Amino acid sequence: MMPRAEFVHWWFATGFLLLGLFLLAEVIVGPAVWNRRPWRRYLWPGLCFLLGVLMWPVMTFYTNSTIHMIAHGSWAQALMLAGAAELGVARGKLHSQYWRLLSALGLAVSGTAFLVHEQQHWLFSRAAFLHHTLGWTLLVSAVFPLLQAFRPRSLAAATGFATTFLVAAVLLYSDRDTAAIFGHLSQYAGLPHR
Amino acid sequence: MSAELAPELQVAEQATPRTSSPRARIVLALGPLTALVGLAWALVQPYRLTLLHPYGQGFWWLLSEPPLYVIVVGVLFRLVIAPSLVDDLDAEHGRR
Repeated sequence: MMPRAEFVHWWFATGFLLLGLFLLAEVIVGPAVWNRRPWRRYLWPGLCFLLGVLMWPVMTFYTNSTIHMIAHGSWAQALMLAGAAELGVARGKLHSQYWRLLSALGLAVSGTAFLVHEQQHWLFSRAAFLHHTLGWTLLVSAVFPLLQAFRPRSLAAATGFATTFLVAAVLLYSDRDTAAIFGHLSQYAGLPHR
Repeated sequence: MSAELAPELQVAEQATPRTSSPRARIVLALGPLTALVGLAWALVQPYRLTLLHPYGQGFWWLLSEPPLYVIVVGVLFRLVIAPSLVDDLDAEHGRR
């Protein structure tokens, strides 16, 4: 009755794709235009917070191992924290530019969660490869919000931050429970399916 | 112009965003480009769309149509986000 892990990855990929498009549009038009309508300010922080909330059912139902639960749980908290801080900034309750540091923390925790809950090597299967790739991508990408916290007007940092979510979406959409990667599939991974 | 027709024409004019600035064009292109990627994916891997061959598929397989998700995101962005963004972009540049 439970959906396969790959389905969940595709649903989160859709959320990440939306996040990436929102952030990219903000980069293109600039924060002044993006923030002209109050509802638009809440779009990406709200979606980030929602993705964090939706990580809790993932933690609850996908209990393959303790490390899976810890990874998903810490991930949910980090996403909610980053989303909540950005919501506070959007509402005008929080003013410091350093709240963006929580987005950096969110990406770093997400990347680490990907890496620590993947117990197989890179070429074990496509899922293993993507977990490693996503982990390192998010971990390295944490530098973009880190840079934004100190240089809020940096176009390169904002573009990098937006692109991170688009890349993560592509990687998540590529996930399959059991499939080969570059012609490699461990005999312990199980039978490949479409 | 007929007084009855004028408001309708005005609404139609408002629904068509101005595309004079390069930024506005890029914003308007983001959604269709995303939808196009989803469409290309659907054409390359039609077996990902279980709705095309629904018999014998379980609930989760029927719900999970990733190329359709991408297309829907692109369409939603174009219809919901892009028009007001282009309006605001034009307003910011004082074109109105």
